[in-house]
Amino acid sequence: MTTADSAAAKDWPGVRLHVVTGKGGTGKTTVAGSLALALASRAATRRRATGPARTPRVLLVEVEGRQGLAQLFDAPPLPYEERRVATVPGGGEVWALAIDPEQALLEYLDMFYKLGAAAKALKRFGAIDFATTVAPGIRDVLLTGKTCEAVRRRAHEEGRTFHYDAVVMDAPPTGRIIRFLNVNSEVSGLARMGPIHNQADAVMRVLTSAQTAVHFVTLLEEMPVQETLDGIAELHEAGLPVGGIMVNQARDVVLTEAQLKRAASEGVDRAELGSGLSEVGLDRPAIVDALSALATEHARRVLLEQEQRESLSDCEAPIYELPLLNDGVDRVGLDRLAAALKNQGAA
Amino acid sequence: MSAVLPDLDLDALLDDRNTRIIVCCGSGGVGKTTTAAAFALRAAERGRDVVVLTIDPARRLAQSLGLTELDNTPRPVEGIDTSAGGQQHAMMLDMKRTFDDIVLEHADKGRAEQILANPFYQSLSASFAGTQEYMAMEKLGQLHARGEWDLIVVDTPPSRSALDFLDAPNRLGSFLDGRFIKILTAPAKVGGFGAFKLLTSGFSLVTGALGKLLGSGLLADVQSFVNALDTMFGGFRERAEATYRLLQAKGTSFVVVAVPEADALREASFFARRLAEEKMPLAGLVLNRVHPRLADLTAERSLAAAEQLDVPHPTSAQSLAGGLLRLHAERVELNRREARHAGRFAASHPGISMLRLPAQAEDVHDLDGLRAVTEAAQQAV
Repeated sequence: MTTADSAAAKDWPGVRLHVVTGKGGTGKTTVAGSLALALASRAATRRRATGPARTPRVLLVEVEGRQGLAQLFDAPPLPYEERRVATVPGGGEVWALAIDPEQALLEYLDMFYKLGAAAKALKRFGAIDFATTVAPGIRDVLLTGKTCEAVRRRAHEEGRTFHYDAVVMDAPPTGRIIRFLNVNSEVSGLARMGPIHNQADAVMRVLTSAQTAVHFVTLLEEMPVQETLDGIAELHEAGLPVGGIMVNQARDVVLTEAQLKRAASEGVDRAELGSGLSEVGLDRPAIVDALSALATEHARRVLLEQEQRESLSDCEAPIYELPLLNDGVDRVGLDRLAAALKNQGAA
Repeated sequence: MSAVLPDLDLDALLDDRNTRIIVCCGSGGVGKTTTAAAFALRAAERGRDVVVLTIDPARRLAQSLGLTELDNTPRPVEGIDTSAGGQQHAMMLDMKRTFDDIVLEHADKGRAEQILANPFYQSLSASFAGTQEYMAMEKLGQLHARGEWDLIVVDTPPSRSALDFLDAPNRLGSFLDGRFIKILTAPAKVGGFGAFKLLTSGFSLVTGALGKLLGSGLLADVQSFVNALDTMFGGFRERAEATYRLLQAKGTSFVVVAVPEADALREASFFARRLAEEKMPLAGLVLNRVHPRLADLTAERSLAAAEQLDVPHPTSAQSLAGGLLRLHAERVELNRREARHAGRFAASHPGISMLRLPAQAEDVHDLDGLRAVTEAAQQAV
């Protein structure tokens, strides 16, 4: 038993594969990156009271060939190779891997078949292209397969069972996530037997197990919230484990409940606003106009967000709120999000 | 001071009878669908006979356009102002059905059934990474061929990368036309006798390896699928090329939609360059969800005043003014950041015109909301 395993007290004990999805534009990659930092900053653990302390090691993978992780951590483009992209106070590490399906296929062929010349021939005839870009189910098996390999990889060091304590996947958007994860049903029609079929089975065993959680990143807007709710329902249906909902770019509320209601309907109380502004010498009509317009906009937005928050709370997934990063996304911003995730129990 | 792009004159673009196709592209989540629908509505209410092809609209927006089901047919949009003599149709793309229709149209009944039942076809038509993009272009070609509208506004699929949309038709075309497929279907066609021998020895190595990997059933499925397709299409490539020509034709205008953030503008930048390489006409950049600065009051002055009002037990007036002054300071900062991103884009793309669409407080899901999008743009200019 671990003596200081902080994970046990958190929301996702036992989860080693965190899949992060969300509608395009909601900040999936950013949230995946900060979740990895949060997981890496968990306390070091010991397998035995006298054993060596192990600091967390987390792998962040991307599967869409966009080099989003390299940009996120301000690193040069990632080759098909695991690289350390960040360390956190306490010694935890975040590694990153951009999985390339073609490379994954070649690696896979090499591992199981020692296909030296045949692999080259495959490439020359465009067969690799064919297998990875055209039969999407097969491509997806290779991407999820490589990820699951990292999840299950055993450690060579003493005091560690697995090479990575956790793997975070910056996954495809909500619209494609079920198809992407449900590799079994995608592949079964194409490859009815053979190693790809077996590989799909092995992948499904990891993805449907308690080791995996699929998290949704959303904004408090109608479309992303709807997609999140639809996605969660579809995951349930497919027997895939639903994780948490990360509400990104949550706004601070600057008005009281009564002021919000009034601003949203008939507009803010201009006399009151003017009297407040007069104390600081800013009660000019142009400023009162501008702030009234801002108040109405803010109030409508906040009320809409409350509505969306309510629809989200209808499903049972835990909700984590992440602040809007006013100064853009950099390591400082990522650390802020990571702290927010940690404080709320996501890591 | 950063570079400033000339304004895009939206009404001039929409009113120009020579504008026959407007393609809205951009990375995912930037508001392409709403922009396409808003442009189409404005054009219709200014007298054009418009059809808008949407890919994946929000449910309520779809309903407001009269799209209650995914039926792949243009439907008239009710409730628009027809006083200028225009009208509007809208349709939602059903990619599988579009693909099925191509098969049904071009193959005899027996063969079509054979193709539609083939597991490889089912996978390709439902989930090939480029099928949606390809079918959107196919549908655009069909709508254009019908000649019933004098303006077609197209939304593009929500791919993460804006470029997918230009590459996909070619990718599908070149796949079906590709060397591997050719070898699979008819090895004898490739090269002379000597080359043939060489190829087949390499080829059996390949099919052997693939068969081992995928199971031999798959190869047989691919072979029968490609054989069936091959005879009926006369080349996917030709269709892809026809689409390309349509996109390059006079009368087609692209608008790149982006939000004023680094990632979206980086994509927009790639796309603008790519369009220029492909000789496809870019009408301009639509900078969506911008936050205009509302008052001539600096963030510093605003924050200082808010702090002054931040007293123990503030009155309602003090907290109201203080809260809004903080909000204003944030807005000024946001506006400054957005201007910096836009300025960076402008500096690397001199001469591209820009249309700013202010952020709407609420989601757009009815015709009034769509009107507000383009109205606000006119005021922001």
